[in-house]
Amino acid sequence: MTSRIMLPAMSRRALLGTSAAAAALGMPAILRAQAAPVKLGILQPITGALAQDGELGRFGATTAIEEINAAGGIKSLGGAKIEMVFADARSNPEAATQEVERLQSEGVAAIVGGFASPICLAASQAAARYNLAYVVDVGVTDAIITRGLTNTFRFAPGLAIVTKTAIDNLLALNDSNGKPARTVVLVHEDGLFGAGLAKLMQTELPKNGFEILETIPHPTPSRDMSNVALRIRALKPDLVIPSSYYGEFVLLARTMQQQRIRPKGIYSVLNGAASNFRFVKEFPEAANGVMDCNHWADPRKPATAELRKKADAAGLAWAYNIPLNYSCVKLVADALERAGSKDREKVIAALASSNFAGHIMPYGETRFVNGQNQGAQPVNLQVQGNDIKVIFPVAFADAKPRFPFKA
Amino acid sequence: MKGRDDLRLLLVLLAVLAVVPAVASNLVINFLVTALIVALAAQGWNILGGIGGQISFGHAAFFGTGAYVTELLQLRLGWNAWATAPIGILAGALVGWAIGAMVFRARLRGSYFALVTLAFAEVMRILANALDFTGGASGLLLKLQPGAEAFQFTSRAVFAWIAIALVALVLLGTRHITRSRFGAQLVAVRENEDAARALGVDIVATKLRAITLSAAITAAAGVFYAQYFLYIDSQIGYGTWISVEALLASIIGGVGTVAGPVIGALALHGLGELTKGLAGQITGIDLVTFGLLLVAAIAFAPSGIVGAWRRYRGSRHRA
Amino acid sequence: MNYPPAIIAEAAVNGLLTGSVYALVALGLTLVYGVLHIINFAHGVLLTCAMFAVWGLVTFTGISPYAAILPLAAVFFGLGYLLQRYLIGPASHGDDGNILLITLGLSIAIENALLAAFHGDTRNIPGDFGFEVAPVGPMMISQPKMIAFAASLIVALLLWLLLARTDTGRAIRAVAKEKLGAGLMGVSVGHIFGITFGLGCACLAVAACLLIPSFYVNPRVGNAFVLVAFTIVVLGGMGSVPGALCGGLFIGMVESLGGLFLGDSLGQLGIFVIFILVLLFRPAGLFGARA
Repeated sequence: MTSRIMLPAMSRRALLGTSAAAAALGMPAILRAQAAPVKLGILQPITGALAQDGELGRFGATTAIEEINAAGGIKSLGGAKIEMVFADARSNPEAATQEVERLQSEGVAAIVGGFASPICLAASQAAARYNLAYVVDVGVTDAIITRGLTNTFRFAPGLAIVTKTAIDNLLALNDSNGKPARTVVLVHEDGLFGAGLAKLMQTELPKNGFEILETIPHPTPSRDMSNVALRIRALKPDLVIPSSYYGEFVLLARTMQQQRIRPKGIYSVLNGAASNFRFVKEFPEAANGVMDCNHWADPRKPATAELRKKADAAGLAWAYNIPLNYSCVKLVADALERAGSKDREKVIAALASSNFAGHIMPYGETRFVNGQNQGAQPVNLQVQGNDIKVIFPVAFADAKPRFPFKA
Repeated sequence: MKGRDDLRLLLVLLAVLAVVPAVASNLVINFLVTALIVALAAQGWNILGGIGGQISFGHAAFFGTGAYVTELLQLRLGWNAWATAPIGILAGALVGWAIGAMVFRARLRGSYFALVTLAFAEVMRILANALDFTGGASGLLLKLQPGAEAFQFTSRAVFAWIAIALVALVLLGTRHITRSRFGAQLVAVRENEDAARALGVDIVATKLRAITLSAAITAAAGVFYAQYFLYIDSQIGYGTWISVEALLASIIGGVGTVAGPVIGALALHGLGELTKGLAGQITGIDLVTFGLLLVAAIAFAPSGIVGAWRRYRGSRHRA
Repeated sequence: MNYPPAIIAEAAVNGLLTGSVYALVALGLTLVYGVLHIINFAHGVLLTCAMFAVWGLVTFTGISPYAAILPLAAVFFGLGYLLQRYLIGPASHGDDGNILLITLGLSIAIENALLAAFHGDTRNIPGDFGFEVAPVGPMMISQPKMIAFAASLIVALLLWLLLARTDTGRAIRAVAKEKLGAGLMGVSVGHIFGITFGLGCACLAVAACLLIPSFYVNPRVGNAFVLVAFTIVVLGGMGSVPGALCGGLFIGMVESLGGLFLGDSLGQLGIFVIFILVLLFRPAGLFGARA
């Protein structure tokens, strides 16, 4: 599949190279300089509580823009280069709204990013006032796409899709390993993301033959996870399904390790730590075997490896923010290419009819229905041998699942 | 002298501000509206904390109630936004009255009062975050319906003018209070409760009136916030940020003065933009400045910008 | 929800152990209140500073966090003394309300300065030794928590001895009771204020060293402790050392058992409700300490 996508792109670039050379020889320089750059708003929280995620997102977007420009910019706009207008969402929806106003006044053609759900909700609505296309990079809450805003597109999967996939994958995983798991304890942070996820799990899991022994919410920040661990020890579930942010999950995983609580699996969903290399590096013992259903780049695409190399060189830990923003920027570039114009209606129409496949996510062709990319799906990951591997679905996997997990 | 000075200051200020939305970009208008929302919340804080001397760390309880009640009435009962606004303000006032009734009867003041108001706001934040009715952690999102009939204007300038009008209205109201019998009683309570009681002032009733009025104004800021940004969650509505900003703006502008909170809010937000512009993308650098300013204001300028202005004017008159 | 008795017992023990560290944080707060009659709103952020200091020491020099207790307590004592004597004291012009606002300003400034320096992410000290357990009967008790418990009790005892048996302690108590009179008797009130604030900060330094093995640090971490500490101080009676100790252990138990039966989210709600109720109905504290 990869080669099918890459080949035309390569040949087109090669073709363009020759024509550019021809242009350099034959045409006056003014003509080539005429293509005014297209401004693209990149909105990320690079200060405040979410600064780390914002930095990763910015890196992905920047890299994509560099690559697009190096390959000749937007051809249908006369090879116009993409000019990044960066905006700091400062980790809160209010600041994000202000920054959207600024991006609007700078005349951007579209905005990519947001990261956190509240930021995405507020920023996309602010952009809707100006009919300005907004591509959400991560923001998982489904309220983002159920508001009827025509300018808002989410490339990645939302909570509903993630939960459904997580459950489907869990069933498949369980069935193919002789059904070791039946009883479940849900642990979730009590904010937007954790509580929303737990609610969906509570309705979906019992329908599929699992028994939920208990749902344990905890606040962020939490001072202590011993209570949660104790309850898990008392309940003896086959499976623990946690959805928490980084600090709390690390605390829970280490406390469980300390208390020698070893369920058959820890199957987390959109977890802040399980797909984070820092956790794996700092606490390999607690991390090993943890599974996560999360955003992740397609490990088998060559462009993924290239991007990961660049991230390593920049000293950044590999995480989903990088390929997601990288892909979202390329998605917008593709839409601009097809729109052949910076006109907002046309850009939105081009995004709505997108069938973009040049991304590095495990999604297949892009198809938006009411702003949600229908091809988007999370994958299952597992920490194995101090690395994060894709274990499911098989089509994208680079390792076999180890379930039930034995240390 | 003192009153006239304040009035002149604020009239000039408002005249300048009213022109801004007509000529400025949306970016400037947005900055202005955000600063004015804080100004309004701070004006509310100033009635109780400044004139009445009861320093609250929990005005978020009123701001959040105003914001939540307007959004809930629109989302759950389908009310028109204009009808929900006064109810939101009333609800905020009611919460203020209820907290006041408990806390002032128990004779809590000073640091105790500050801490207990903070605790009330935190309880409301945790509840708003936990209950399904308030949208839980997802918060509440009003549908985007640009148009005057839904209290959502297509032009941001209209929002700014309404905010300016509200702030002006409260300015005049506050000025009226400082010259009224109620204002005199409130100042007497602030300066010395025992002496005020000896003069026949009903301490609890006076404080209750102040907190109710104070809460209503801060709730109005919350209502306006909800209509402007269309999205609130427990952290925005009941988080400590608004309690702190309302307090900071009042103290830095000039605690207990009529114009102080407005000048303080505009100065703080202007300074915030400036430090961010100068220091670039250093996290939280604006808040570091705010914190140090608070310390500096108390150490060197106990009556804030307005006080410093008055001293400057005074010295010029004498010269 | 029915739990076997062993689990409930373990939750209670856990709560008691955690509560001892809360008590240590609250001790510093109540001491400052008892003498200076002020509420130090910067207490939480000073704890955060201490935790970053231990984290830095342990990460970059590789020493044990327990070896850092004495030097760090000394450093924080000095820091607290200077802070009170040369910043908070002079800036507040002797007004209690001003001190509250100054410490609020300090906490905003320091928290965000830490955010600027360290960003928002959480850090742990390297290694797994913070998660060692000792089996006690059917229970698995965390070793660092047992050490923390013992150390907290020792600190409380030392503090009590200091107040009861030494000249400095007598001077502190004299200033706490009668500022003016003590001043007339030749006690330097400013000096004693500084010493008291320094002792409060030293308690935080010890608490930070005890917390870091099994906890993480980020610029906002102190906030999670400070409201609990306020509740404990109010519960135990403002200014009472034994009150703070009992209050800390009590709140630790309530939080742990409440968390077990009601969930941790509501457990935090419970702390605020206790705080409000005590202030409204028993402002002198539950344990009948001096008002």
